[in-house]
Amino acid sequence: MLSVLGQVSGGPAVAHGKLLFRPIGPELILVGVALAVMLLDAGYPERHHATLALLSLAGLAAAAAYSLSLWSWTGPTTVLGGMVAADRFTVFFRLVILGVAALAVLLSYQYLERADEVRGEYYPLLLFATAGMTLITAAADLIVVFLALEVLSLSLYLLTGFSFRRLASAEASMKYFLLGAFSSAFFLYGIALAYGATGTTNLAGIAHGLTGQVGPLSLALAASGLLAVGFGFKVAAVPFHMWAPDAYQGAPTCVTAFMSAGTKVAAFAAFLRVFDVAFSPLIWDWKPFVWILAALTMVVGSVLAIAQSDVKRMLAYSSVAHAGFILVGVTAASHAGIQAAMFYLAVYPAMILGAFGVVMVVSGRGERGLTLSSYAGLARRSPLVAAVLALLLLSLAGIPPTAGFIAKVAVFTAAIQSGHWPLALVGVLASVVAAFFYLRVIVLMYMQEPVIAGGQREAETGFDAEPGAVGSLGFVAIAVPALLTLIFGVFPGILFGVLKSASIIRF
Amino acid sequence: MTTGYVPILILAAMAGAFAVLSLAASALLRPKHPLPAKSAPYECGIEPIRLPQSERFPVKFYVVAMLFIIFDIETIFLFPWAVAFRSLGLFGLVEMIVFIGLVFVAYVYVWQKGGLEWEKPEQARRELSARFVPLPPSVERSPGDRITREPAAVESGAG
Repeated sequence: MLSVLGQVSGGPAVAHGKLLFRPIGPELILVGVALAVMLLDAGYPERHHATLALLSLAGLAAAAAYSLSLWSWTGPTTVLGGMVAADRFTVFFRLVILGVAALAVLLSYQYLERADEVRGEYYPLLLFATAGMTLITAAADLIVVFLALEVLSLSLYLLTGFSFRRLASAEASMKYFLLGAFSSAFFLYGIALAYGATGTTNLAGIAHGLTGQVGPLSLALAASGLLAVGFGFKVAAVPFHMWAPDAYQGAPTCVTAFMSAGTKVAAFAAFLRVFDVAFSPLIWDWKPFVWILAALTMVVGSVLAIAQSDVKRMLAYSSVAHAGFILVGVTAASHAGIQAAMFYLAVYPAMILGAFGVVMVVSGRGERGLTLSSYAGLARRSPLVAAVLALLLLSLAGIPPTAGFIAKVAVFTAAIQSGHWPLALVGVLASVVAAFFYLRVIVLMYMQEPVIAGGQREAETGFDAEPGAVGSLGFVAIAVPALLTLIFGVFPGILFGVLKSASIIRF
Repeated sequence: MTTGYVPILILAAMAGAFAVLSLAASALLRPKHPLPAKSAPYECGIEPIRLPQSERFPVKFYVVAMLFIIFDIETIFLFPWAVAFRSLGLFGLVEMIVFIGLVFVAYVYVWQKGGLEWEKPEQARRELSARFVPLPPSVERSPGDRITREPAAVESGAG
């Protein structure tokens, strides 16, 4: 089947003896482990939560090790008939996504135990979603982009509704599914039009076909617009962000942490590859569109986050705003822009995953204690957790010496270098607005007394002051991202050194 | 460029016109002798029942339908593969084995999780005996009747 698709999409015909599967090794490992976990759960239905989680972690570690070994890949740049790219760009993003998934497993273990929702399907779904996310970063053909997008989306729809007894979770799953299916249709239509314009779905073929094109470009323009809408839905860019707050709020918090970090990285990796590579000949046509998308996303995300009284909703809108900041890097469309966006995409998942992790740790069983007021006086009850959250929020706000600051500086610098100083200005103003609601939480935690509503505080927040209640796994899952934001904030050179060769997109 | 789409437009117009014309023509030309039995919806000879109002639809049908689609798709893949078997060679064989293996994993999973059992046997018997009583043999049965009836229906029928 691969060979047939390879010929249709204009890639080199596949010689059956020379199929190179090594570049999709991480995905094969992830899917294999997911199937093993699934069968293990089906065969031994008694409680063995730790085994499933450990096996998933082992699979993620193996996939990460395999990805690392692809860093020194010297074979062809695309394999499997031009379907999959083998470059350092994908290795970088794979490692980020696998790290996100590993931390998500730690968070999930604690969440599922506490919520009494231990069902074996959770970890296979998480691994399938991870496999889709890592595959999309390597996709060198729009068909593979779509395939990977569906693999990750379908798994996430189910994970969102995993606590289906809680009505909000089921509702979130339904909304996410309906809007996600809608966006998939847009994306698919874009692929069809791209095929109509250039006669191929291969990214290299599209770039080649558009370069020599003279005459009307309406089909190609429509294709790039529809693809941008599809990606806009997945990264939750305004005005395609409607699903994000509802889905993030209703989903189990560990799933929210995973999808807010992982989906955005995966979708942006594909966004960068498709737009900065395949549609680079049309750069002056799609740039204004993405420009407006970026400006709208930053402003609307930041402003709407102020009005939220629910922490998960607030962080959801903040993640919308961050999609806008990353889009600034995409709009720059230069090497510096790609590099800045990649830096952002390496530190943003750490910040948002850590923040949602803290929310999970602080909220009680059954998702209570999610209002902003339940964070009042958190510093007194649990100083360590409050310090971690404060650090992560400072990073999300973009205040030095955290990684969030460096990331914002990098994207704005890239935008100014490409002559988009108005966009950088909008971005800076939006981050000033955004700083308000991040700092508000810090003020609540450190400078206010805990709200005691008729002595019901403990029961309401479901959180007791003892540090042991946080759980060691959960604490690791929030401490590691906090440490990373600090390390990359003080020594951003480490990451930029890696990005020097990783930001070259080969196809 | 747009001239290439003219035949499609003509075809679409003709298809629409055909549907409207044939419905209109039959409405005008057919003899009209309405009977209650004629205006009842036809359902393959089964007594027509309105599902959502009279009884609930077991969600188990959904699982069965989903499983059916999975194996249906497997068959759909197998047919073209079988036709092109010789030209695909060993590569095609291995690919198909992998595919069938994946579907088989799903099958084992569903089987182990009890997705293939309609309901647990003892639970089924309990529910049946609570909800239904057999019809007395003296009651004359018409073709639409079932062998069992809801207890309330039997009592009201007797009284």
